Amino acid sequence: MKYFLIILFFISSYAYSFQDMESKSAKASFEVSGVCDMCKTRIENGAIKLKGVKYAKWDIPTNNLSIIYNSKKIKLDTIKKNMAKLGHDTDKYKARLEVYQSLPECCYYKSNSPH
Amino acid sequence: MKIKYFLFLFFISINSYAQEFLTGIVSYVNDESKSSNLEGVSVYWLDTSVGVVTDQNGFYSIPFEKSTNKLVFKILGFKNEIVEIENIKQHNQLMIENLDELDEVVVSKRKNTIQKSYFKTQNIVNVSSAELLKAACCNVSESFETNPSIDVSFSNAITGVKQVKMLGLESPYLLITEENIPMVRGASQVFGLSFIPGSWVESMQITKGSGSVVNGYESISGQINIELKKPVDKAPIFINVFRSVMGRNEFNFHYNKKINSKLNSTFLIHADNNSTINDNNNDGFLDHPTFNGFNFFNRYQYTNLENGIVSFLGIRFMKNDKKAGEDVANLNLKRMAWVSEINTERFDSNFKFGYVNPNIPYQSVGFQLAYSSHNQNSFFGFRFYDIKQKSLFNSFIYNSIIGNTMNKFKTGINFSYDDFEELVDISKINYSRIDKSLGGFFEYSYDNLDKISLVAGLRYDMHNNLGSFFTPRFHLRYQPFEKSVLRLSAGTGRKASNIFAENQEIFSTGRTIKIKNSNGNFYGLNSEKAFNYGISFRQGFTLNNQDGDITIDYYVTDFENQIVVDWEKQGVLSFYNLNGKSHAKSFQIELDYSITNNFKIKSAFKNYNVKKQYSSGFKQNPLTPKNRFFTNFDFSSNLDDSGKQWKFDFTYNWVGQQRLPIHSDQSLFNGKSPSYTLLNTQITRVFSEKFEIYLGGENIGNFTQKNPILDSKAPFGINFDSSLVYAPIIAPVLYIGLRLKL
Repeated sequence: MKYFLIILFFISSYAYSFQDMESKSAKASFEVSGVCDMCKTRIENGAIKLKGVKYAKWDIPTNNLSIIYNSKKIKLDTIKKNMAKLGHDTDKYKARLEVYQSLPECCYYKSNSPH
Repeated sequence: MKIKYFLFLFFISINSYAQEFLTGIVSYVNDESKSSNLEGVSVYWLDTSVGVVTDQNGFYSIPFEKSTNKLVFKILGFKNEIVEIENIKQHNQLMIENLDELDEVVVSKRKNTIQKSYFKTQNIVNVSSAELLKAACCNVSESFETNPSIDVSFSNAITGVKQVKMLGLESPYLLITEENIPMVRGASQVFGLSFIPGSWVESMQITKGSGSVVNGYESISGQINIELKKPVDKAPIFINVFRSVMGRNEFNFHYNKKINSKLNSTFLIHADNNSTINDNNNDGFLDHPTFNGFNFFNRYQYTNLENGIVSFLGIRFMKNDKKAGEDVANLNLKRMAWVSEINTERFDSNFKFGYVNPNIPYQSVGFQLAYSSHNQNSFFGFRFYDIKQKSLFNSFIYNSIIGNTMNKFKTGINFSYDDFEELVDISKINYSRIDKSLGGFFEYSYDNLDKISLVAGLRYDMHNNLGSFFTPRFHLRYQPFEKSVLRLSAGTGRKASNIFAENQEIFSTGRTIKIKNSNGNFYGLNSEKAFNYGISFRQGFTLNNQDGDITIDYYVTDFENQIVVDWEKQGVLSFYNLNGKSHAKSFQIELDYSITNNFKIKSAFKNYNVKKQYSSGFKQNPLTPKNRFFTNFDFSSNLDDSGKQWKFDFTYNWVGQQRLPIHSDQSLFNGKSPSYTLLNTQITRVFSEKFEIYLGGENIGNFTQKNPILDSKAPFGINFDSSLVYAPIIAPVLYIGLRLKL
């Protein structure tokens, strides 16, 4: 009986978290401007600390930010707005100049940019 | 300091049918003249949207653009490079040197072979295979001599096997896993690490203090996890040959085969032998056993990145036969000779399966199934020791997050089954036991991505002989500044004791073995239980533009119950349950510093206060030095143009006084061994990436214990004792070896 209960506990906890994934999670991927490893930490940490964002990964060469978020708790637009607030441009929102200038030097993505 | 470095951009143009492409490789050469190709460099034509990114070999291919001839290289962390492509045909190979325009950046330095992380919550030291090469010979139990976290001692004058200790406690109090499957335990406790060839090891992770709950309840003073070479390794063939002046031969052959894009296999073959008889201290006993060993491991790795699946299947076989004792061939004995044989066979098979959901990368599951059978038949004079162990280990683990990736958890179950059968001593007393346990665990980790992270784990196990119990463990990391880390840990651990397998040196004595029966489940004794807690502080610094750090550790293990192995009375060896206090307090201060890019120093002072209540009083454990000092110098020359390099390694060990149990043959020491120094060195000549030769010496300071075998003239008498060994037995051992990668 004890064995049965322990197994039941684990099975139900897995089932719960899988079910949780299916219902509310949304995936998105968009460009956020940046250059280096420091920007990676800034962008990923900035995104993950937003309430409702579950996962964030920023790819250096493509400048692409992949996120998984709870669509009931946060809108994609809000996430983009917050990236721009941190100093990193997105397709919809651009960073304010003084915020951009306060970035660490390696993150100056605007110089010589082709885009 | 401006780091001088060069940026080489190579261009090769090729013609294709429809469109012309410019191709090339982006690489840099640092001031150690070491070149490496740059991955992830954006390459684009100025003021256009035509761009590509270099691959892992630094290679790119970009279609020509009519509007411009200015090619931009956007390199991470550096200012952009703009190159004018004037005439492709003339500039098949273009080189740019750029010394001044680049920002100051840290370019690849020589990686430390022992790495300590600032970011991991637990106090984990990673040991790379390059570090293992410094102790060229030959198996894992011999590979810790350049590592201050682990102490190596000589356990026995007969078998010569080296035992490891951490935080002042012997290896049975460590959880030793191979790729997270508990490995060196039970029957294989004493010889297990010596049965893993050093060249099979890819890396080791050493956790000090209470470990993770994921791998079980067994670890008390720490964990050692050994990662073996994976089938996807680059070099298809590796050959290593070793020979020492004491007559030891070692041979390693590795063969990797790619079966298809998803399936790889590896064959690891190891053979060792020593048939040379040495008795340099003239006590009539061999200084080391003669032996023949063979190890075989075949493993398959299936990797499918699109589906997020990685799986391993392996089988392994090991055989080792040792002969030791009196030098029968050269002695003219009028009585019967004291000889010993230890014959071991082991079979292992394991299956692992891991799945990472490609759409939800923070969710993963892992499954492990391992079976092993270990069979040792041995005798020591008239005393016998046979042990058979069959083990099954099964675990399932699920990783996910709570809310976001700052809050992660691991949960799962493991099941283990061990069947022991033992025949012990002159009268071959039969002990048999079955251990079964089923446990579930949950480990939560929090990381605020800044200064604080913690891991809190709890497991519940149901064991037929240990009962049902919880095991809590807790780790906290606080990093107030970039280079300062404070770590705290606390947790409990339990262990079923295999008193004979863990203390096999008792059979190479004339001592009468006594067990004070208390009706416990393990030979009449109780299980062992301890609480471990510790604090570690690490401060990094930069001096003369070189990095270094100082680490201070203090760990305490308090035993609630322990099986006391009592050597205190001459002629008797007793096992009994602890009645009173037992603790191991360990203090360590360690300095790592690179004097130059080529010259590194590592130094440590250790103090061990390991005391327990014996029936004769509260005393420091015998043969446990109170103080130790360690220094390792590591020098390597720059790689020259043809890939040649020199590497030098020198280790200095000072071993303080050790308490010796009373024995009439050691009475002149007054119960304390003298302190001594141990020196080891090695020189490696690298001829190319593929070929190197190494030459080294162990114990070149030539300190040996004069009479390691007490009362050696009467080996069948009650005072005969080969276990009170406090220093090396063998004078300088020189060795030579080669490594070949094809």
